[in-house]
Amino acid sequence: MAKVHVTTLINGEPTEFLCEPNDTMLDALRGPLGLTGSKEGCASGDCGACSITLDDRLVCSCLMLAVESEGHEIRTIEGMAQGDRLHPLQQKFLEMAALQCGICTSGMLVASDALLKKNPDPTEEEVRFWLAGNLCRCTGYDKIVRAVMETAAEMRAQ
Amino acid sequence: MTELRYLAPDTLDEAIGAFAAAGSAARILAGGTDLLVQMRSGVLKPGVIVDIKKIPEMTAIEETADGGFRIGAAVSGMALAEHKTFGKVWPGVLEAINLIGSKQVQGRASAGGNLCNGSPAGDSVPAMVAAGAVVTVQGPNGRREMKVEDVPAGPGRTNLKPGEILVSFSLPPRPPGSSNAYLRMIPRTEMDIAVVGCGVSLTMNDGIVTAARVGLGAVAPTVLLVEDAAKALIGSKLDDAALARAASACSAACRPIDDKRGTIAYRTKVAGVLLKRTAAIAAKRAQGN
Ligand SMILES: Cc1cc2nc3c(=O)[nH]c(=O)nc-3n(C[C@H](O)[C@H](O)[C@H](O)COP(=O)(O)OP(=O)(O)OC[C@H]3O[C@@H](n4cnc5c(N)ncnc54)[C@H](O)[C@@H]3O)c2cc1C
Ligand code: FES
Ligand code: FES
Repeated sequence: MAKVHVTTLINGEPTEFLCEPNDTMLDALRGPLGLTGSKEGCASGDCGACSITLDDRLVCSCLMLAVESEGHEIRTIEGMAQGDRLHPLQQKFLEMAALQCGICTSGMLVASDALLKKNPDPTEEEVRFWLAGNLCRCTGYDKIVRAVMETAAEMRAQ
Repeated sequence: MTELRYLAPDTLDEAIGAFAAAGSAARILAGGTDLLVQMRSGVLKPGVIVDIKKIPEMTAIEETADGGFRIGAAVSGMALAEHKTFGKVWPGVLEAINLIGSKQVQGRASAGGNLCNGSPAGDSVPAMVAAGAVVTVQGPNGRREMKVEDVPAGPGRTNLKPGEILVSFSLPPRPPGSSNAYLRMIPRTEMDIAVVGCGVSLTMNDGIVTAARVGLGAVAPTVLLVEDAAKALIGSKLDDAALARAASACSAACRPIDDKRGTIAYRTKVAGVLLKRTAAIAAKRAQGN
């Protein structure tokens, strides 16, 4: 089958890649683009491990065709740290042990970042509802929610 | 491997031409939150995908001159939530759409996809039925309008003709004293499929209901407009007797299935309970308007 040529912006970098028309964005990220930070937990939109942003909107990369990124802007977990400097959410997740196996973590971070950009002062309930599409089998969620709340407080204070 | 062609036309005419030419092998792509899941699981192997999101009319939210709204078929739930006035005028429609999946799913999922997917449990559909929404569809033979409740034909099927594409939803202007609400019954608080869904739209004057519409989901092969429930509410002060009559009308309209989410008896009873609760929320909102 003829591959499709796609031109897009990924983490601020103009990027071109080839894909099959039925590849998902997650397939393209983890395959030809070599960006394996986004994980495949379910491939059906249920777990959020594949979370990315598309034109600043949080989406599941497993529920989007790679060809749909043509002319749009994608951001992934790989774009979160600035060089060696971790994003405050990443730093806080480490400090507060908001991860165990780590499979859900990149999705949790991308989703939490999208929340704080929209709402810098969320209530605990708002954090829990926002992250309802991100499943974690390890932490029991409390540490994640606390890390997001704490990061939000620190970022507001700055 | 499936031979798949992906098309993303800029105009509706091109989309209709491509969609009609490809025949039954073609699928429209809006948010893809149903379509991609069906493709991934192998249920569906389309030959052509026509992505409608590059067509401006499909992603536009417009307030019409008469005070109504026109919502493009592919507008995402998140885009609708970000609109300045839509949620004030149609809180019940917005809350129904915003119950669809997670924030990630809402970033993509559209009311058009929810309706055309044909699930009897689609959350936005009972709310749109209660709102009295009319859809515009366009196909090789031109444009036509349909009432939302006439679109579903059964689980996974619609009454759109071959080659027809859903273009937009039109919601009517609201008289003073109007509002609406949507509630669904699910075993958890997020990320589940409705056991019963109920949309109610009311207009009230001096505490008396002057107009009402009731939509019910997940209790029959298609979402239902329950006219008998609306009749029981109209002219009443939403007193216990009127609510009991409307609740019985909802239960009487049910033709549900037994499944792991709920039995026939349970769904039938809950339909009445939800009607009462949803009407109370709509009435409270209406009195503030
Ligand atoms: C994790 C998850 C949770 C979900 N939770 C819910 C939920 O709580 N409630 C609920 O109701 N749904 C839920 N869904 C289902 C789905 O998200 C909704 O039905 C959504 O509204 C579909 O919209 P879409 O734009 O993604 O549709 P698509 O997947 O793009 O399309 C759905 C179907 O409609 C057809 N179609 C789409 N647009 C048009 C058009 N304009 N004209 C003609 N045909 C068209 C497509 O060809 C396809 O067959 C969930 C899905 C996932 C993955
Ligand atoms: S892999 Fe995309 S939501 Fe689970
Ligand atoms: S840390 Fe293992 S799934 Fe969340």
